[in-house]
Amino acid sequence: MKISPNWIRDFVSPAASDRGVAEALTVSGIAIEGSFGEGADQTWEAEITTNRVDAMNHYGVAREVSAIYDVDLAPIAPKVSGNGPANFSIVIDDAEGCARYTGRVVRGVKTAPAPAQIAHRLELVEQRSISNVADASNYVLNEIGQPTHAFDLDKLEGGKIIVRRAREGETIFTLDGIERKLAPEDLVIADAVKPVAIAGVMGGDATMITDATKNVLIESAWFDPASIRRTSRRLGMHTDASHRYERGADPGITQLACARVAELILASAGGAVSDEIDVVTRTIPQSRIPLASSEVKRILGVEIPPEEIARILRRLGFTVEPGGPFKPAVGLSGEAEFTVTVPTWRLDVEREIDLIEEVARIYSYLKIPNTLPSFAGGVIEEPVAGKRSELRKRLLSLGYNESLSSTFIPQEDARAFANAEPVRIANPLSEEASFMRTSLVPGLLLQIAYNLNRGNTDVQLFEAGHVYAMQSEAVDEHNSLAFVSTGAACRASVHGKPEPFNFFHIKGDLEQLLAAFDVKDVSFDRTVPVWLHPGRSARAKVGGTTVAIFGQLHPEVAAARKLKQEVFVAEIFVEALYQLALRQPVYTPISKYPAVERDFSFVLPEGLEFESIRQKLSELAIAELTAIIPAETFRGGSLAAGTYSFLLRVRFQSSERTLRDDEVASWSQQIIDAVGSLGGSLRQ
Amino acid sequence: MYSVPKLEDFSPASLDAAADELLAALQAESQAISDPKAFEEFRNRWMARKNGLLTQVNESWLKAAPGPSKRDVGQRVNALKAQAEAIVSAAEQLAAGSALSAKIKSETVDISLPGIERPLGVRHPVLRTLDELISVFVKMGYSIAEGPEVETDYYNFEALNFPPNHPARDTQDTLFIANQEMKAQRDRLLLRTHTSPVQIRSMEKLTPPVRVICPGKVHRNDAPDATHSPVFHQLEGLCVDTNITFGDLKGTLDHAMKSMFGSDVKTSFRPSFFPFTEPSVEVSISCPFCGGNGCRPCKQSGWIELLGAGMVDPNVFGFVDYDPKKLSGFAFGMGIERLAMMTYNVDDIQQFFYGDVRFLEQFA
Repeated sequence: MKISPNWIRDFVSPAASDRGVAEALTVSGIAIEGSFGEGADQTWEAEITTNRVDAMNHYGVAREVSAIYDVDLAPIAPKVSGNGPANFSIVIDDAEGCARYTGRVVRGVKTAPAPAQIAHRLELVEQRSISNVADASNYVLNEIGQPTHAFDLDKLEGGKIIVRRAREGETIFTLDGIERKLAPEDLVIADAVKPVAIAGVMGGDATMITDATKNVLIESAWFDPASIRRTSRRLGMHTDASHRYERGADPGITQLACARVAELILASAGGAVSDEIDVVTRTIPQSRIPLASSEVKRILGVEIPPEEIARILRRLGFTVEPGGPFKPAVGLSGEAEFTVTVPTWRLDVEREIDLIEEVARIYSYLKIPNTLPSFAGGVIEEPVAGKRSELRKRLLSLGYNESLSSTFIPQEDARAFANAEPVRIANPLSEEASFMRTSLVPGLLLQIAYNLNRGNTDVQLFEAGHVYAMQSEAVDEHNSLAFVSTGAACRASVHGKPEPFNFFHIKGDLEQLLAAFDVKDVSFDRTVPVWLHPGRSARAKVGGTTVAIFGQLHPEVAAARKLKQEVFVAEIFVEALYQLALRQPVYTPISKYPAVERDFSFVLPEGLEFESIRQKLSELAIAELTAIIPAETFRGGSLAAGTYSFLLRVRFQSSERTLRDDEVASWSQQIIDAVGSLGGSLRQ
Repeated sequence: MYSVPKLEDFSPASLDAAADELLAALQAESQAISDPKAFEEFRNRWMARKNGLLTQVNESWLKAAPGPSKRDVGQRVNALKAQAEAIVSAAEQLAAGSALSAKIKSETVDISLPGIERPLGVRHPVLRTLDELISVFVKMGYSIAEGPEVETDYYNFEALNFPPNHPARDTQDTLFIANQEMKAQRDRLLLRTHTSPVQIRSMEKLTPPVRVICPGKVHRNDAPDATHSPVFHQLEGLCVDTNITFGDLKGTLDHAMKSMFGSDVKTSFRPSFFPFTEPSVEVSISCPFCGGNGCRPCKQSGWIELLGAGMVDPNVFGFVDYDPKKLSGFAFGMGIERLAMMTYNVDDIQQFFYGDVRFLEQFA
C-alpha cells in the first residue's frame, strides 16, 4: 500500500530522515519497497504482511516509528460534540456477525469538492478524491485504518438501520453499479425495507452520497472476520474494507473513527452532528498474556533487559504490568515476568510467542547474534537415496540429459500410457492440464516432439518423478523413471557415419541400469503395452517381477504425435527395482589357465531365438563353459528360405587347470547336439 | 664390389691387412643400407651360412691356412667374425629405426580435427542447484526427508496453523483434487503448495532432536509465464531441539548461504509473516552475482530475497505433540527455480520444462 511519510509526521517526529525512517521500518517489519516523489509529495510503497492489519494505515505505521525511535505518538482526538439525539435507530440482529455498530447523523451538509489538503493526501495514496463528504470516510480509512461508510440519510427508508443476514432472493446494486445476488449467509446493512450495503464489503448504489445529499449517516462498525471473508469470496469482491475486516479490524476504534469522520465532514461540508449511537452486542475480549523475560531469551537466544522489553511493548500500545501469575515482578536472577494486555487493534497477538516476536522485531533481528546449534542426533539415511542416485549417475553417463516435464497431462494421455484411474484436478490451469500424469512417458514424448520441431534430431532424455493414480478414495503416488532416445546413438562426424539408435541400444542402456542391482535372473519377454512396437519391444523381469518395459514407440502412436523418426522409450518401475539391493561387487580370482574359444556356424530355423539356445546350453551344466556369445547372424545368400545362419562363439575355461583337447571336443559335441535338438544344424 | 680374396701369405701382417680390408668394405656397405629390404640383402650377402662372405672367409682363409699357422688364423678369423657381427647388428638396428619412423609418419593424424563425441548426459539445472543446496545442509548434519506431492488439507494447511477459511490460504493458489467435497475438510486432497507439510510428517515420525531438509516438487495454480510455473521445486528445512534459538536460525542460514555462495556473502533478516512460524523472517543475501553493486538478478538493489524462515510456531508443535515449553526450533524454505534462474542467467522459467536439448546441454 501507499504511505506518505509526510502524513506520518502528523503523529510522530523521529529525529531521522525519511530515508532513515524507511530503512528502520523495513528492518522492523514494515517493508518499504520503493520511494516515489520528493518532499511533501513523497510516497512509499509499503509491503505489509497480511497479519498486520493494524499497520495498514498511517497512524499504525506512525506507531511503529514511535516504538522504533522511542518517541511519543500524538493521540487522535476528534473535537466533536453532539447536538442532540440522532432520531434514528440502529438494530443489530446478528450479534455473531456484528459486534458493534457506532453511528452519527450529520444534518445539513453541503457537498462540494474536498478541501485541497484532503484531496492531495488521498491522491498521494492513489485514491480518487470525490467530494468533501465522501472523502472523509476514505481519509479516515487511510489515516487510522477503520473502514467507515457514509449513507445518504434521506434514502434510508423507515428511519432505521438493521444489521442482519440477507434474505433468500434479495439483491443489491453496489456502488460499482453491479447487481449482486445475496445469499442468506451474507451479512447486510438494511433499512426497514431493503439491504443498503453488503456489510464490511461495499455500500449500495441507492443510498450513496451524491451532490444532492443533505443529511448523512456515518457507519463505523466491527464485523466478524470469517463472515466478511465468506461473503467477499463468494461474491469475488475484494475491497479496502473487506481486506481489513476479514483480517480483523480494531473493535475499539469504532467511536473514534465515527467522530473523526464527523469532524472532517463538519469542517468541510458544514452541518450539525448528532449524539453518538453506539450499539454493542458483544465485547471482543482483550488478551492478557503472561510474558517472562526468560522465555524471550529461550526463543531469541539473546538477553534483552526487562525494561527494554516493557518499553517496546508500551510504545506499541500494549499495557505492561510487572509481575506474572506465578512470580514476583523481578526475580532474584534479574529475570522478570510481566502481564501484558493486548490493545484492541492487535487481534493477531494472542500468545506469549506473539509478544516475543513484537519485542524481537523492534529490538531488531539484526542485533540478535548469529549462533550455531549443537546437535546430538544422527543423520538418517533415506532408504532409496543410494539406489536413486546410482540410476541417475548411470543414465547421465550413458548420455541421457536429465529433464523435468509437467505433472499435468491431458486425459487421453493419462489413460493411454497406463492402466490406472487418473487423478483429476478440480481447478486445472487448462483442459490439457486437467489430469495428473499416470506415466512419465507422454511428458517425455512431448519434449521429443518439441525438440524435433526445432531441428534437434538427436535427443536423449530421462526423468525421475512421481506418477499418480486414484485408488478408491485415495491417491496412490509413487516414484517412476523413464528414458527416451531418438536419432543417432553415435553422431555423424568427419570420423565416421552416424549410428542410428536402435532397439539394442535401449536394451543395452537398460541392462546397464539393471547391472547396478543384485540381479541374477533377468528375463525378457514380449508382454508389452499397445503403445510399443510389438516386434521391437520387450518387458524385463527380475524373478517374477516386471521391472521395465522398453522398445520402439509404436509407429501409429509416433505418427499420431507427429514424431517423424523412430523413438525408443524405456519405463522403469523403480519401486519394484528398489526392492532389490544394490550389487555389492566381490572379486573372483582371474584364472591362470588359458581360455579356449570355439566358433560354431549354425543354420537355424527362422523364429528360433538366441535365448532358447542360451537356455539350452546353460542346461548342459558345463562348469567350464564361461561365455556363450552370439557372434554374427546372416540371412539370404545361399541359405534356404526360412533359415538363417548364426555364428555361435563359446568360451571354456577352468580356474584349476589347462583344458584338454578331448574334453573341449566332447563339450563342443554336446553343444552341437543341443542346438540340433532345437532344430539347428552345423553349416556345411 | 668386395669379394673375399684368396690368401697366399698367412703372416700376421697379411692377415691383419686382409681383415681391415674386409671390415672397411662391410662398414661401407652397411652405411649404404636404406630400408629393411636392403638390410636383408646385405645380411644375406655377408652372413648367410651358405656362401655368405664370412663363410667364404672360413673356406678361403682358415681352411687354406697351412698347418702351423692354423691356430693363429683361427683366432683371427673368430675375432673378425665378432667384429663383423657387431657391424651387422648395428646396421639392423638402424634399418629398423628408419622403418618405425616411416610407420609413425604414415600414421600421423590432423590433431586439429574435433574429438569423437561421446556425450555425457547433463544434470537438470534446477536439480543441480538443488543438489548443491542439499549438500550444504547434509554437511551440517541434516537428514533428507520426503513426503507426498498430493497432500491432505490437514498437512498442507491445518497442521501448519492455517485455519480453515483463513486469508493466508489465499496466497497459496492451491490446486485441488476433484471430487473431495464429501470428505471432511482436513481429509480433502490437494497438491501441496509448499514443502512445509514434510515438517509435520517428519515431526510425527521422529523424536527430537530433529534436523531434516525436504527437497521436492510443489504445485500452484499459477498460469505459466516467464516467472511463474504451476510446477516448481522448494527446499524446506527444520531443526528442533531443546535449545534452539532465533540466533541459531540466523547463524545456520548465514553459514549455509556462505557455504553455497562464498564466504563474502552477507545475510540480512527482516520480519515477515508465515502462519507456521513465529517470529517469522525473510532472509536476503547480498547479491553473489555482482557483489552487491547492483545487477539484473538483484534488480540493482544489491540484495536478493532468498528464504522464508522463522521459529516453529507453538501451535504447530501442538499438532505433532511436541511440548512447546521444552522444545523450540526453526524452519526455513526457499524456491529453487528462481535461484537457478539467477545462477545461470536464465530469463524464462518455462525453459526448465521444455526438455530442449539445446538448453539442457549448456549445463554440461
